[in-house]
Amino acid sequence: MTAAAVRVTGVTRVFAGAGREVVALEDVDLTVAPGEFVSLIGPSGCGKSTLLRLIADLDAPSAGTVEVFGRPAREARLSRDYGIAFQQAGLLPWRTVRANIELPLALAGVGRGARRERADHLLDLVGLADFAGQFPDQLSGGMQQRVAIARALADEPSLLLMDEPFGALDEMTREHLQTQLLRICAENRAAVVFVTHSIPEAVFLSDRVVVMSARPGRVREDIAVRLDRSAVAGAGLDSASDDLRADAGFFAHVARVRAALHGTPSLAVAGDTVAEDAVRGGAA
Amino acid sequence: MAAALGAVALLATVWELYKAAGPAQGWSLGQTRILPRTSDLAMPHTWDMLQRLVEPITGARDAAPLWRAVLDAGAVSLGIAAVGWAIGVGVGLLIAVAMQRLRVVERAVLPLVILSQTVPLIALAPLVRSWGSRLEIGSLEWAPWMSVAVIASYLAFFPVAVGALRGLQSPSAIQTELMHAYGAGWWTTLLHLRAPAAVPHVLPALRLAAANAVIGTVVAEVATGLPGGLGRMILELANFAGSDPAKPWAPIFGAVVLGLLAAGIVTALGAGLARFRRMEASA
Repeated sequence: MTAAAVRVTGVTRVFAGAGREVVALEDVDLTVAPGEFVSLIGPSGCGKSTLLRLIADLDAPSAGTVEVFGRPAREARLSRDYGIAFQQAGLLPWRTVRANIELPLALAGVGRGARRERADHLLDLVGLADFAGQFPDQLSGGMQQRVAIARALADEPSLLLMDEPFGALDEMTREHLQTQLLRICAENRAAVVFVTHSIPEAVFLSDRVVVMSARPGRVREDIAVRLDRSAVAGAGLDSASDDLRADAGFFAHVARVRAALHGTPSLAVAGDTVAEDAVRGGAA
Repeated sequence: MAAALGAVALLATVWELYKAAGPAQGWSLGQTRILPRTSDLAMPHTWDMLQRLVEPITGARDAAPLWRAVLDAGAVSLGIAAVGWAIGVGVGLLIAVAMQRLRVVERAVLPLVILSQTVPLIALAPLVRSWGSRLEIGSLEWAPWMSVAVIASYLAFFPVAVGALRGLQSPSAIQTELMHAYGAGWWTTLLHLRAPAAVPHVLPALRLAAANAVIGTVVAEVATGLPGGLGRMILELANFAGSDPAKPWAPIFGAVVLGLLAAGIVTALGAGLARFRRMEASA
């Protein structure tokens, strides 16, 4: 049996607040298979970002264990098993687009030639080949975020951690980048843990949507999304995404995730049936 | 450049206007004179000061023009100031890196750094000179100019330490976490993130340090009585205030020009670092 990309077992994270303790996560279990796209969604304060930070070993759990590809999170971080992108691109303003993408490779001691080659490929992948020599302040927010995604992919990680990477973008750019992300993931076959607060975004992108509840942060529901994304992932065409977003199965899943978020189990059951029907209908 | 020349012209105009229209006896509040007398003795004409520069320094037949003497003294002071600046910048950067590395160092040292600048230079100068004269490092003999350089560095390190600390602490949480996520250690993070991010904070600090080093040098030359530099010259020519009122102004101008020159040199040094001064990426 191959190791899961991510295995979170019984994780609790308690922050020491002023005078009282805040339980950000309580007894959370989560497994992500290699190549699987999993979204974490929930109200603000449900600990979805905290969970991502624990997987990235940017924070340590108060109890429980976090494993990445069968190793403790810390070891995985030190051997650069994952790529990461945040809501802010966090590019280094004094480095060109190319140099920003090459940064993780430079830190890993990859030679100049190999770095260049890899950066060329990534620039093509995110459609920024013409902007390689530009500086971040010359790019729009959406382009900066594409650079950040390319940078996260630089080391060819088998796991991609993304914390609301499209959260600060306008709707048009957001949908376009979602389409591109699906295409990129299909090419890279990396597992993805994706934090978002957008239901359509989670449904559009994910194999599974993990719905969390707040105070204390718990996994409320784990919803499998079955949509045929091959048309989108293949060519990355926005028209194919528009078709998918207009699909009845898509709406059914959105309704189901929404019901789970609002904590109405009866609706969730009803939505489940609708979703199954819609998927069957779509497949027919 | 044009603005700087304009400012000098404005200053000269204000000087001449006050001299022409101000109260002849100045203006005093009790025993304290607030505004100066307008006599040629207290306030020579600006053109007299300039003309005095091209006249010989003394009445002796082979005496060099005054500007030449000021230039020579300025060169001596500039050399000492450069050494003081280099020491100050080195020490300032080291302190800043240490403060960034360990919070406890920051909490312990930063107040001392600020406190250090409240000690009057005049009080410090004789101490440094007497410590220096007792110092023996191998074959190195402590020269009086070294005391002056040390005192200059004492003024120069301060803006560098404070500016560099701010700069080293300027990267966003996302940027530092990114380096952490790459498994980068403290040194790698310093090299690839903190040091480049500090450049826009350090460059103005280096300019300030240059101006401070010049002031420190001139004041320390006066306080320790080191001959050859502008400080001593200011002291010596002040004796001519009664007989040759335009003469004492020459080394003062020299000191001003020296400060501007030092800051200009440092600005030129930083010209190659333009790409580190780009605005922080907004998204």
